[in-house]
Amino acid sequence: MTTTTRYLIRNARILGGEPTDLLLAHGRIDAIGPDLPADGAEVVDAAGAIALPGLVDLHTHLREPGREDAETVATGSRAAAMGGYTAVFAMANTDPVADTAGVVEQVWRLGRDAGYCDVHPVGAVTVGLKGERLAELGAMADSPAKVRVFSDDGMCVSDAQLMRRALEYVKAFDGVIAQHAQEPRLTEGAQMNEGVVSDRLGLAGWPAVAEEAIIARDCLLAEHVGSRLHVCHVSTKGSVQIIRWAKSRGCDVTAEVTPHHLLLTDELAESYDPVYKVNPPLRTAEDVEALREGLADGTIDIVATDHAPHPSEAKETEWNQAAMGMIGLETALSVVQHTMVDTGLLDWAGVAQRMSATPARIGRLTDQGRPIAVGEPANLTLYDPTATRVIDPATMVSKSRNTPFAGMTLPGRVLATFLRGVPTVLDGKIQ
Amino acid sequence: MQHLLSAGDLTRDEALLILDTARELSQVSERSVKKLPTLRGRTVVNLFYEDSTRTRISFEAAAKRMSADVINFSARGSSVSKGESLKDTALTLQAMGADGVVIRHSAPGAARRLADWVDGVVINAGDGTHEHPTQALLDAYTMRERLGRVEGLRVAIVGDIRHSRVARSNVLLLTTLGAEVTLVAPPTLLPVSVDTWPCAVSYDLDEVLPKSDVVMMLRVQAERMHSSFFPSAREYSRRYGLDADRLARMADHAIVMHPGPMVRGMEISAEVADSARSTVTEQVTNGVSVRMAVLYLLLGGAIHRPGNQGEPR
Ligand SMILES: [Zn+2]
Repeated sequence: MTTTTRYLIRNARILGGEPTDLLLAHGRIDAIGPDLPADGAEVVDAAGAIALPGLVDLHTHLREPGREDAETVATGSRAAAMGGYTAVFAMANTDPVADTAGVVEQVWRLGRDAGYCDVHPVGAVTVGLKGERLAELGAMADSPAKVRVFSDDGMCVSDAQLMRRALEYVKAFDGVIAQHAQEPRLTEGAQMNEGVVSDRLGLAGWPAVAEEAIIARDCLLAEHVGSRLHVCHVSTKGSVQIIRWAKSRGCDVTAEVTPHHLLLTDELAESYDPVYKVNPPLRTAEDVEALREGLADGTIDIVATDHAPHPSEAKETEWNQAAMGMIGLETALSVVQHTMVDTGLLDWAGVAQRMSATPARIGRLTDQGRPIAVGEPANLTLYDPTATRVIDPATMVSKSRNTPFAGMTLPGRVLATFLRGVPTVLDGKIQ
Repeated sequence: MQHLLSAGDLTRDEALLILDTARELSQVSERSVKKLPTLRGRTVVNLFYEDSTRTRISFEAAAKRMSADVINFSARGSSVSKGESLKDTALTLQAMGADGVVIRHSAPGAARRLADWVDGVVINAGDGTHEHPTQALLDAYTMRERLGRVEGLRVAIVGDIRHSRVARSNVLLLTTLGAEVTLVAPPTLLPVSVDTWPCAVSYDLDEVLPKSDVVMMLRVQAERMHSSFFPSAREYSRRYGLDADRLARMADHAIVMHPGPMVRGMEISAEVADSARSTVTEQVTNGVSVRMAVLYLLLGGAIHRPGNQGEPR
């Protein structure tokens, strides 16, 4: 791969607008306009595909170091590129945990070496994700990885005092605490959403209140100390209402929803197939509707994948014993089109905001999530919304196969992804 | 019907066919030579991940009375305890040519998962806190034998409904068969969505007892009190235990059932457990007949939905 090659993208519809050409050179968008001269540039025919700013995923599990059998930074960032992403935030629940400058720097370097997208490590809030004492947040912020997002994701920072301190402390370097909202005592042994289906299946319930109580508490804490709070993977109607209320009070809170929570419901657990086991769990149709509304009206700021790869043996088992999580990088945009665009809830500008600009802003990235304009970094995704595809786990670029969308027909296909002017995906194929 | 995974999978006609067949087969148990050639050449595997000698023996006796080859595959001391996955075990059973697998497992849905991985018939002999369909069938059978019918019976199920596979299967089956079910428990031991279940709910045993034809007591583990489902065994027993005083307030014809094993002094007093109103030992006897019927109909290939041709397996 070389940055010296210039690319001329023909007939792309920027954010779904009129077809135009884009010239990418020296890592930037050099020109935009109809019928640009090729002038020796490599020509990519977008054929009316939509041009979006390169997507930014605030919530990805790349599993390296520690679980390279599930995913590596290299395979995960390739999967990200296939999904149209040019930047991902890698969660800290690796082995060892990303709770020191050394580990975050390692992940950051692995991402740079792979070169498929920018990999920004998330730092753990507490040492070993144990929820007992703060990790060296400042050291991680000052490292070459320049960590700004801190999360114990997978675990909730459930101790209110510790959460308060974390929220306050990261103000020194404009950081944000991304909370995995799960009251631990209410969810001991929890297997799926608590409700009609869990009662029928005899699986231990994960009640909505366990998420909502933490979100309410954290919003009040963030407001009290004047800090930024980000809520990971909002999954319930009640959570949407609480965040809407907190925002109306002026609380500096942002929130994310995953593609799977925008589409799937807890009834899928009827099969006892753990490919549908995830944390927080799939909820009800009423929750799905509220999440879509919340994403449309801005209560929920962004879509984040919570891409959580697992080897097949972690899923080909009894439900109780199976690992929680689903892969999502390569299907996210299709699910968002299906649930938000094709339903009329969002236009493509709205998608770009929620999957690129706002996640970049929350993560304090300056060269991602930028508008598609001359002079801006050439981080772009070409997406054909008229395509349809049957999701086939075997064709995934991710090292893992645990997609809950297997067998489903979803709209849209990523044709090309450009990272600073270099194609990481071209003709729908990883480069 | 290919498998028996949930009591809810049974139509009314299928359930009645099982009960009628069980009645016929019960004659075999009364003969001096307790054996039919029906399942000769068929292999039934008892795959037990949980210790449940009574259920395993019941299935084993049922299979043997119909001349099936029985392989007991208990988790203890086998490759299972060495960490072999359920899927690998399933593939092994498949390779052995098991025609039927009777599975007992602590994980809800284990029987359903197994059915995804083997071609043979899977019978759920209890999967964690999910279901225990043959228990519900033998309970319905026992009600029929004692009271002549199931339809219209008022059945109280008392105890730890939330964690009970017996309660789940019984609610589904008894409702299908037209009984009126009332669940009786402290609110902590009821499922959170119980108001959507096809049955009534009461927190007051004394109110329900005189109106019941059948009182089914469920085992309550004393350890539940450590998670504050109730304050103490004594308080539980006082409010929800069936003792002689309460038995006296039941209708004369009403029976007391218990799936076993009983915790005498907790949910049921010894006096009640041993009384003539108690069907506990009959339930054990009937269990064999009902399991014979299930094995016969699923493995022998005679069960079919009305209008459908049953396919021999
Ligand atoms: Zn999480």
